[in-house]
Amino acid sequence: MIATVSAQEYAFVVLAVVGGVSAISVVLARNVVHAALYLVVTLLSVGGVYLLLGAEFVAWVQILIYVGAIVILFLFGLMLTKAPIGRDLLDNQNRWIGGVVGFGVFLGLVFLIQDAYKVQDSVARTTFRTTTGDVGISLFRDYVLPFEAMSFLLLAALIGAVVLARKDEAAK
Amino acid sequence: MIRLPFVLFFSALLFSAGVYGVLARRNAVMVLMAIELMLNAVNVNLVAFGSDRHDVGGQMFALFVIAVAAAEVGIGLAIVILLYRNRESINVDEVNLLKW
Amino acid sequence: MVAEATAAASGIIRSSWVVVLLPVVSALLTLFFGKRTPGKGAVYGISAMGAAFVMSLLILWHFVQGGGTYASQVNWFSVGPFHVEAGQYIDGLAAVMLVVVTSVSLCVHVYSLGYMDGDSRFTWFYVVLSLFTAAMLNVVVAPNLIQLLVGWEIMGVCSYLLIGHWYEVKENSNAAIKAFITTRIGDVPFMFGVFALIFATGFTTSNIAQIGDLVKSHELSNGLVAAAALLLFGGAVGKSAQFPLHVWLPDAMAGPTPVSALIHAATMVAAGVYLVGRMYEVFINADPWVLQVIGIIGAITMLGSAFMALVQDDIKRVLAYSTLSQLAYMVAAMSLGPAGRNASFFHLFTHAFFKALLFLGAGSVIHAVHSNNMSDMGGLKNPMPVTFWTFLIGSAALAGIVPLAGFWSKDELLVSASHGHELLFVIMLATAVLTAFYTTRMVVMTFFGTYEGHAHPHESPPSMAGTLVFLAAATVVVGFLGSPQLHAPFFKWVFFEEPEAIHFEAWIALVGTLAALAGIGFAWTLYAPRKERDPLRALGPVWNLLEHRFYIDDFYMKRIVYPVRDRLSAAVYWFNQHVLDGIINGTAMATRGLGQVVNLFDRGVIDRAVNGVAGTAGATGGLLKYIQSGNVQRYMAFLFVGVMVLAVVFAKLV
Repeated sequence: MIATVSAQEYAFVVLAVVGGVSAISVVLARNVVHAALYLVVTLLSVGGVYLLLGAEFVAWVQILIYVGAIVILFLFGLMLTKAPIGRDLLDNQNRWIGGVVGFGVFLGLVFLIQDAYKVQDSVARTTFRTTTGDVGISLFRDYVLPFEAMSFLLLAALIGAVVLARKDEAAK
Repeated sequence: MIRLPFVLFFSALLFSAGVYGVLARRNAVMVLMAIELMLNAVNVNLVAFGSDRHDVGGQMFALFVIAVAAAEVGIGLAIVILLYRNRESINVDEVNLLKW
Repeated sequence: MVAEATAAASGIIRSSWVVVLLPVVSALLTLFFGKRTPGKGAVYGISAMGAAFVMSLLILWHFVQGGGTYASQVNWFSVGPFHVEAGQYIDGLAAVMLVVVTSVSLCVHVYSLGYMDGDSRFTWFYVVLSLFTAAMLNVVVAPNLIQLLVGWEIMGVCSYLLIGHWYEVKENSNAAIKAFITTRIGDVPFMFGVFALIFATGFTTSNIAQIGDLVKSHELSNGLVAAAALLLFGGAVGKSAQFPLHVWLPDAMAGPTPVSALIHAATMVAAGVYLVGRMYEVFINADPWVLQVIGIIGAITMLGSAFMALVQDDIKRVLAYSTLSQLAYMVAAMSLGPAGRNASFFHLFTHAFFKALLFLGAGSVIHAVHSNNMSDMGGLKNPMPVTFWTFLIGSAALAGIVPLAGFWSKDELLVSASHGHELLFVIMLATAVLTAFYTTRMVVMTFFGTYEGHAHPHESPPSMAGTLVFLAAATVVVGFLGSPQLHAPFFKWVFFEEPEAIHFEAWIALVGTLAALAGIGFAWTLYAPRKERDPLRALGPVWNLLEHRFYIDDFYMKRIVYPVRDRLSAAVYWFNQHVLDGIINGTAMATRGLGQVVNLFDRGVIDRAVNGVAGTAGATGGLLKYIQSGNVQRYMAFLFVGVMVLAVVFAKLV
């Protein structure tokens, strides 16, 4: 049985409920802009979870990159493509398949987690607190090569996005 | 001080919501959002496992996934805009030329 | 400057094998990238040959400086205790041959730019040209008989490909086959000779120098050495086109002219003479009659082919018979002992340049008038001045006019024959008269008088004319290398001999020059007033005899080729009718019986199985195609289901 529930766990449950509900709202919303705003809530709560897990730097990156940049990109995408509003226009005929598969995946994952970790037997461990400094040292000591590779990836994505989205003057 | 399975359940919920979104949405931008949900679920898992094992590597990979996600959204939205420009629609179920 | 060049030369002699490798590399480059290279790939061959030529000059410089022989080798393969090495053996002889081969090959490569321009297989031509040169260079540097044999045979194949380059014409491919088979007839004894020598050493070595030492110290069986010498000479007879295997060379004129220049001036035909010189210890230490055989063969070929050259109308055939005759000089001189051998090599050296010059000049003429026949030419000296003057230099050298290359080498040959070989001396002199005669006839018919053809002759492009000028300059210069008045540096470099060993006898030089002048004068009086009918036709039956090449080719065809072919085909026919057909019919009966059984099985079991499988596959496909809806999201749903199932299965079962 769950013996004691710590303050962090209470906070986590609150964040998880908020994040989970808004995540479901993201995929069920009839208005695309609402969906994007629900996404913001989800991402913020995930950031909060990171903070609770002691991953300070990742939490701020989550808020800066996801909430600050990616959601803005989504809103631009929606604006530029004049997304329609309404369930039938937003969803396709596969909704029931999606529902079955999504729920099946959730059940499967819960089964696997329960199978592996036995919630009733699990014990909380001390929080592993990492500062930005720790992350930076690790990043530039052990993960320099992936870091550089990532910079190449971002460059390629930058060029690719520009090339793909620009109007083809020759074709006009 | 948070038990690991709790976090994993949360992540499973996010992931399943993402799966539903990817499968059921016809608007491409919505599909991309759902993919972001799935990626976040993965990140939560990575950070949770890293925290559980007192290893900073999990956070590293979460950071890399965030960077990849940013790149993916950039390219993805570029493709969506290209699609919209060519077909006046971004409904993925209408992009079905590759079939019997 | 000199010191630096010397240092470079002694360094470069260690890597003489690169000279062989260069044309191989260029052949490969041309083969794989030639067609995509601007200029269709000629640049590889030309630059490789240019580099090889420079390297050869540096190697020769090593000997000019008085450097010694260099040999190095690595183990190639071993058969039990018998080791075969691959490597390089560079003495003065090899160095001179390297220079000759690379320079003539370079000329031919450059010349072909103009001559073969627009040919449909231009790139392929350059591939084979480079490969051919590589094979010849391999023969030159080979330290042992096995490596030499490899180059020897590759050369045979390449000559086949080059002579038959324009194989669309049946005549050309026949000539290629004839050249290949005839030289092959010589190659068989050659191969046996190689094996005989290796056998004589008790399978201890195939190294040429070692065999030479063994023979010199009379450690090998006399009979075997004599047999081996004769067999090796058989190979030389084939490759150097001596009687009775000379028939292929005139026909080989069917190949493109640059090929004739390469094959018949510097490389393949020289290989035979080179082989005899290389293996000279074997020849000179064998029984004396071996050398006599060589001398007789040389004398017959010398005189016979000079006669045949008199009546040819095809300019290239004149040169072909002239080549036979000049090679015969070298072969005959080989029978005269070391002095003769040295003279022979000097003639090989000078002949390579002026004969290449003559062939390329003839090619230039043919290029201009679109005909090989001298009766279609005449008066070409005005439209083609460069070709005329260079051709004239080459012809004078061939006739043996002072001070051109041919004079000095022919003089050496006559000197070496004058002591105790009077008959050979007379034959050589007679041949010299004939040589001067047919050379003059050729020049007069081609360049003097009035033009008889229909094309519009023009000077050849610079790539061809420039080559001619280069070779003409070489023809003028190289003779002095063997001039006794200048202490015959050639012999010092090549054979490390003291200049005193080179004799110069004024009366022989005088007689030789007189012989040449006699021939020239006689031909001039006969041909300068140009007539419809060749003046030599007055000879009647002799003309016929010469025109039919002494009926040797006919004899071979009637008495050897046809009978062998007919009897062989009759034997093959009988074998086919009685043995093969019996086997085949029996097999057929058995097969039919078996077929009946199989038929039933086939229809009853196999067909049904096959049809069943096909039907099942079709039905399954018909069902499965509905999954392939083109809807990516549906595909993805299947993916997630599959992944979850796998995850659960692996978590629980594995």
